[in-house]
Amino acid sequence: MKPILEKYAQHAGEDVVEHLRQLASSLKGLKVVHVNSTRVGGGVAEILHKMVPLMQELGLETSWEVINGDTPFYQCTKSFHNALQGDRINIPDKLLKEYEQTNQKTSEILRDKLQNADVAIIHDPQPAALIKHFPERKGKWVWRCHIDLSRPYRAVWKYLRKFVTDYDASIFSLSTFAQQLPHPIYLIPPSIDPLHDKNIDLPKGEVEEVYGRFNIDPHRPMILQVSRYDRFKDPIGVIQAYKISKKYFPGLQLVLAGGGATDDPEGEAVLNEVRAEAAGDDDVKILLLPGDAHRTINALQRASHIILQKSVKEGFGLTVTEAMWKHRPVIGGDTGGIRVQVINYHTGFLVNTPEGAAFRIRYLLNHEERMREMGAKAKEFVRENFLITRHLREYLTLIYALKHNTKDRIELTS
Amino acid sequence: MPSVQKNIDPFLIKDCALIAVATGKKAQNLRELRDYSRDISLDSIYYHFWGGLLRPKFDDPEYHNDFALWARHSLHDKILAERLAVIDPNEFKSLEELRQELVEILDERIYEEEYPLWAKSDDQFEFIRSQIVIFNTHHTVSDPKDFVDALPKMSLGSIFFHFIDALRRNPDSIDDLRVWLGRQGKKYQGVISELAAVDPYFLTLNQLRTKVANILKEKLTG
Repeated sequence: MKPILEKYAQHAGEDVVEHLRQLASSLKGLKVVHVNSTRVGGGVAEILHKMVPLMQELGLETSWEVINGDTPFYQCTKSFHNALQGDRINIPDKLLKEYEQTNQKTSEILRDKLQNADVAIIHDPQPAALIKHFPERKGKWVWRCHIDLSRPYRAVWKYLRKFVTDYDASIFSLSTFAQQLPHPIYLIPPSIDPLHDKNIDLPKGEVEEVYGRFNIDPHRPMILQVSRYDRFKDPIGVIQAYKISKKYFPGLQLVLAGGGATDDPEGEAVLNEVRAEAAGDDDVKILLLPGDAHRTINALQRASHIILQKSVKEGFGLTVTEAMWKHRPVIGGDTGGIRVQVINYHTGFLVNTPEGAAFRIRYLLNHEERMREMGAKAKEFVRENFLITRHLREYLTLIYALKHNTKDRIELTS
Repeated sequence: MPSVQKNIDPFLIKDCALIAVATGKKAQNLRELRDYSRDISLDSIYYHFWGGLLRPKFDDPEYHNDFALWARHSLHDKILAERLAVIDPNEFKSLEELRQELVEILDERIYEEEYPLWAKSDDQFEFIRSQIVIFNTHHTVSDPKDFVDALPKMSLGSIFFHFIDALRRNPDSIDDLRVWLGRQGKKYQGVISELAAVDPYFLTLNQLRTKVANILKEKLTG
């Protein structure tokens, strides 16, 4: 076994890695190309940084290409992103033309590679139009959508759909996020990387250091929500839940940890509301952390008793997965992907109101043994279901399914 | 000397991986659930009764099929949830018969209820099916006694393939191990009877593996 798989075996289990090796054994030499829009920043790049070497190590000839454009291209794709999540944005023709031209130029740069790929996995809308330039493509093309497409702005989806329909299959993170398309729609939830700074085990000292840095009392209970200051994440509801709970646990502390979001006027407004709601209470810490403060957030999660993600609208909610990986029960909003991760009385509690969250905070703080049990279950739940190794297994299974023309039963003979 | 009948092929341990595929069919209320259930592919019926074994699950799930869970948590209909929960897919000779039972229970509940029950708009029942990839592990067992050591090392995918998926592949809905032991002559009838009493529907794959291993240990090495 080579080094990178070995490292994952330590977290996911030897049997999981052995399973991957057996599954991949008939795919050796297959040419797989991933295309997305950036190598740095964002969840997709983060996953590809690990997924690509893992596929290579399993014997698949895997490469990762990136579509690059000028400012209007990114303006257009940012509008796509927002519109696909429901914002009513009309994108000027000029920007759409730029989008198509950038895809056309990239198709020339990547022609040999994509033309000969056995499997091309095209991530999100930015490179989705590449397919129009490969009418003679040799392999199977899959569109991997990482966005919640459950309620897109129709005009924009109608425009993008004409590219997506040409694909042999698409992948969505949850069934709820999917749109009807004339090809098989695979469901592959996202995953976390146990070797990322966000998730690795930290020395005790590094965890304890955050107490001093943020003026948190290590001898009193602490609850935490990690998310940007956004109304959908309901930070005000979290403070209200904290206030109700504090009547019963006067020592309770709350930490809200989010990004600065200086270019987001609404974020600024929400942050001001959060500050106003928490005004006068020194036990509420409102932190603005830089985007790369992964180890700090990791330490805060490990320092807390309970982690909240009281969203009223959520995509998959990988912050929940990350919290559960640290042996913490999660009190989460009853919405989106939180529902598949937070299982009542097992890994945490689903709630719909600040009162509901407060009730569960009280319950857990009164049942420390139960809290530990649920935290342990949460960790195992993530180990079995939401690590990158499971994500990889599903990609490999998908590749077999595509090679066999999406038959329901595929029996490999070798 | 191994106690194997001559000319019996060794047991080939296989493994499998499932991938979920959206069907695009989503029910918002009880009538829609009934209507889609009438026509949806049998693979989807299978997935919602058995697929949960390979999905996130705990040792003591509240209900064992997706229909009952949705009735309870999304329609908030405890009566329907209980009626659906009691369906044992093992009792039906075919998936079509299982579907008929499901539709009948849904029909009955629609008849009883004056108003159709609705779920929240973001909490529909999403019909999913799955594709299964089966591959060889290149491990074999020649002597039934060797299963005692081999079984705990089998992956959950292997357990699913040989003990769950087998039920719809083999005549009389029996698992692969019983089929293979049956070929060895009458010597293993006792073990086969004990294995027949194991109810895989109410066990996780982990529990199923342990239970079968214990039976083999007791009967073959005891």
